[in-house]
Amino acid sequence: MARPVAYNLIKKPLEADISLAEMPEGSMGEGFFATSLNKVIGLARKNSIWPLPFATSCCGIEFMATMGSHYDLARFGSERVGFSPRQCDLLMVIGTIAKKMGPVVKQVYLQMAEPRWVMAVGACASSGGIFDTYSVLQGIDQVIPVDVYVPGCPPRPEAIIDGVIRIQDLVGKESLRRRNGEKYKGLLESYGIQ
Amino acid sequence: MTNERIKQRLQEKFTDQLTGFDEPFGMLTFEASKELNLKVLNFLYDDEELKFRFLTDLCAVHYPDNAGKELAVVYHLHNLEDNVRIRFKVFTGIEQPDVYTASGLFSAANWMERETYDFYGVNFIGHPKLKRILNVDEMDYFPMRKEFPLEDQSRVDKDDEMFGR
Repeated sequence: MARPVAYNLIKKPLEADISLAEMPEGSMGEGFFATSLNKVIGLARKNSIWPLPFATSCCGIEFMATMGSHYDLARFGSERVGFSPRQCDLLMVIGTIAKKMGPVVKQVYLQMAEPRWVMAVGACASSGGIFDTYSVLQGIDQVIPVDVYVPGCPPRPEAIIDGVIRIQDLVGKESLRRRNGEKYKGLLESYGIQ
Repeated sequence: MTNERIKQRLQEKFTDQLTGFDEPFGMLTFEASKELNLKVLNFLYDDEELKFRFLTDLCAVHYPDNAGKELAVVYHLHNLEDNVRIRFKVFTGIEQPDVYTASGLFSAANWMERETYDFYGVNFIGHPKLKRILNVDEMDYFPMRKEFPLEDQSRVDKDDEMFGR
């Protein structure tokens, strides 16, 4: 039976068998390669982020699509979605957080080991969204520091992937001393952590 | 069992203490003074003919313009044998919103009264554990009362003109 729409008619040439991360700047000679430790660690970290999804509502459904085969977040080194905060690097808060849920989000954040990053996915997690009401937390940045906000209600999987790429960018460029600095400590103290 | 029969049976027992008989959408509704609420509920439960032994819902309504009777506590009762439902209201002032608890008669009233307290501040006398059930414990007001705006007042980033507050 003839199908109304034919798929995959155009053969796409395979560009490379394995996609490799870009090499950092450095000096290279025969048998050695010299670069700064910052860059090597940044490179390793950014391409092996373990996300911890904290999905509470409809944005979570979009996240499931993002993890699925079609959008495939695994391409960015985030194959392994961990459900233990002890093992994960990236807390993805996906969906509405009620005020009663606020302490739970904070608890999960505190259980994560440094270095840790936070992504607020969707309008509700970023700002309370349409739920401008007495029972909903008006953005998770009231309880924990946030690195990347993904707008949308709900955001499409492409937007979530864009957020992950921005997180990767932050992770790759982060100085190794940042988490020991006064500025970072001051940030955590402003949230009453430590 | 008809609404007329229920009304007649109630009036035989309580004479003129029950007021405001009405039948919105065919559901018998009446009021009593708040001191009488347990007597009426007990009568409806125990009476061999009425047998309203299932508490479907318990909630409150705030009428800010109804001076001296600002809060209404509404009981929805169900006779499971004859499949008849009635609605029973008591009114209380907002200054001292004390109403006797129905949790001794209906176990279902326990959490519903906590919820009513949580949102409207109705003080159910004799309730075993009257504390907030749905909202955060730190909340220091009763959010469903009309004097409190729906929006979160802690927000500073929303321009009232743009967001139509």
